Amino acid sequence: MALFGKLFSKEDKKNLDDGLKKTKENFFSRLGKAVAGKSKVDDEVLDNLEEVLISSDVGVQTTVKIIERIEERVSRDKYLGTDELNHILKEEIAALLAENNTEDLEGLSIDSDAKPYVILVVGVNGVGKTTTIGKLASQYKSLGKKVVLGAADTFRAAAVEQIMRWGERVDVPVIAKGMDTDPSAVAFDAVKYGVEQDADIVIIDTAGRLHTKVNLMNELSKIKRVVKKVIPEAPHEVLLVLDGSTGQNAVIQAREFTKATDVTALAVTKLDGTAKGGVIIGISDEFKIPVKYIGVGEKVTDLQFFNKMAFVDSLFEE
Amino acid sequence: MFDNLSLKIDKAIKNLKGQGSISEINVASTVKEIRRALVDADVNFKVAKDVTDEIRQKALGQNVLTAVSPGQLLTKITNDELTRLMGGQNEDIKLTGSPAVVLISGLQGSGKTTFSGKFARYLKSQGKQVMLAACDIYRPAAIDQLKVIGEQVGVEVYAEPENKDAVKIAKAAVKAAKDQGKSVLIIDTAGRLAVDEEMMNEIANLKKTLNPSETLFVVDSMTGQDAVNTAKTFNERLDFDGVVLTKLDGDTRGGAALSIRQVVDKPIKFISTGEKMDALERFHPDRMANRILGMGDVVSLVERAQQAYDEEEARILSKKIRKNQFDFNDFLSQLQQIKKMGNLKDLVGMIPGVGKMVKDMDIDDDSLKPIEAIIRSMTVGERESPEILNGSRKKRIATGSGTTVTEVNNLLKQFGDMKKMMKMMNKGGGKRALSAMNPFGR
Repeated sequence: MALFGKLFSKEDKKNLDDGLKKTKENFFSRLGKAVAGKSKVDDEVLDNLEEVLISSDVGVQTTVKIIERIEERVSRDKYLGTDELNHILKEEIAALLAENNTEDLEGLSIDSDAKPYVILVVGVNGVGKTTTIGKLASQYKSLGKKVVLGAADTFRAAAVEQIMRWGERVDVPVIAKGMDTDPSAVAFDAVKYGVEQDADIVIIDTAGRLHTKVNLMNELSKIKRVVKKVIPEAPHEVLLVLDGSTGQNAVIQAREFTKATDVTALAVTKLDGTAKGGVIIGISDEFKIPVKYIGVGEKVTDLQFFNKMAFVDSLFEE
Repeated sequence: MFDNLSLKIDKAIKNLKGQGSISEINVASTVKEIRRALVDADVNFKVAKDVTDEIRQKALGQNVLTAVSPGQLLTKITNDELTRLMGGQNEDIKLTGSPAVVLISGLQGSGKTTFSGKFARYLKSQGKQVMLAACDIYRPAAIDQLKVIGEQVGVEVYAEPENKDAVKIAKAAVKAAKDQGKSVLIIDTAGRLAVDEEMMNEIANLKKTLNPSETLFVVDSMTGQDAVNTAKTFNERLDFDGVVLTKLDGDTRGGAALSIRQVVDKPIKFISTGEKMDALERFHPDRMANRILGMGDVVSLVERAQQAYDEEEARILSKKIRKNQFDFNDFLSQLQQIKKMGNLKDLVGMIPGVGKMVKDMDIDDDSLKPIEAIIRSMTVGERESPEILNGSRKKRIATGSGTTVTEVNNLLKQFGDMKKMMKMMNKGGGKRALSAMNPFGR
């Protein structure tokens, strides 16, 4: 696979650090309390640690996994000082994230053999799909890529206008047929236009839908089928956008959307507003689907390529 | 809605069943299970701990001999605790001043604009003169969105697309509303993160300038552990009057609902349960607690039915049933009324004991469509007297409705059975013949 893109820059690093500030502060002040007055990691410290992880939205399952690993270490090494806990936790979380076989990519990248590379963006209502698309379009465009947007959210009031505004702002063409039109037809036209115009990337917006609405999920499957009529391999990427402040329902969303559309990548948004960035750890652990983008702020460049190790480093940096 | 949670608590309580008494040991494991279930349902960790500690205390204090069964007792205690946690009594919305100003606040994507539209519709149906004001000057097309929604619900929207000062727009909107003699002005604002100092100042300014009679905090029911912190920050800055929970039509376990009230001590006033503009309900903590424990929510069901059913039509219908004249035309209008009541799965889920069963079932609103299509493909004469349907007519109907002759036959058979049942009930003098209808069968 031929990759292109930019490396994880210093500026990105700073944005990431800033965006995760709240998570960090929260996490470490709690961690500090968890070990207060203790010199040795014992059951009570582990209980407190469990609480810290759970209340950071890491999720019960992943938390239990992490705790068990540390327990194992305690029984193996006999003695574990609380001063080492920070370091050990980082190691265990990094190891956990590294285990699920999804490789870390270096920067914004797409498979340039696929032309145009079609990204179908899906998710429940209000997670930030259209904003994510706007930011992606802007970033890929600034990398010199030719981007086309498809306004297939024909349901939510003024959704088409919203993506048109992004199109104007970023100066990329938007294929739209207006509200209440068939989203599959819009997707078809957008991909077709992308082929005709020799575009590099086609990004298709879809209406927000709760994963419990069967007919709406079927609609997604249909969009996918229709897009295949233009390019059999498309969509090359089905991007599920998750709201970073969502709790355990995020896991269910990922599962249900995967059933309908074979999600290939995740974007986790609004991480700057939550002290619970821990949800990334849970999601990375429980799914084989890689987190590809994270949103850590309002600026266009605050939508970043997710790098697991950079994330862990940023989280545990003193 | 909260079915997943009730399943888990049920399971935890099952561990108790078959044991004759509540002892320190058997309650400890169950209480821990309940706590895990609550946390897994996104209830704030600390809140979950408080609740379960309380449950343990109360359970242990009970005289074991008088207890019906440990499981039932614990169900009752858990139910009471959850009700208490979610706020006891249902609280009303205050509308004072002319116009009464309602300020809507919340995070991005929590559903403020949609709620604003639903709320406008709700107030309008109570005979209020409502106006909406578009003060989200940041998100692209946010103003257009409110305008479209305003049109849908037939409420005027005040907007100044060129103005970049939310406070000024809001002030002008108040004046416009007053000039036009509106009784309520709903102010939709931009989504903002609690950590965004500048934006929090803006909403605080809006509140100070407008002195709204009601400030509502809109929150996505899928929010995780952070719900409490966000609600806290908004409350510190705005001292809001009530909470609106959105997207409860999904399968979120909605633990956030339980925690928020506990932590900010503000009532949840509305719940929003769908994309249709009428999918808005008052929040009833007692009912919600019942629902959490899988006791169903019959009261809500009855209320919704009352809203959607036309009494006159119902009277004519029951007369027809009595005379055994119920035909496909009536059946079709029944289907329409059921559809008006909202999402089918929600409705079925509210029936006690059914909640658990439908959890994994796909009852989607489309399941009525083939039935509707078949009936619509019949001529008026056929609808009135289905017995004239012969092979070629059935074939025509199947083609017309995109179904098969077998499906047409099935529907006819069911309809026949239903009529037979109605006849029997009439003979027995039963008044509840309507309840024998099963719109879900195919």
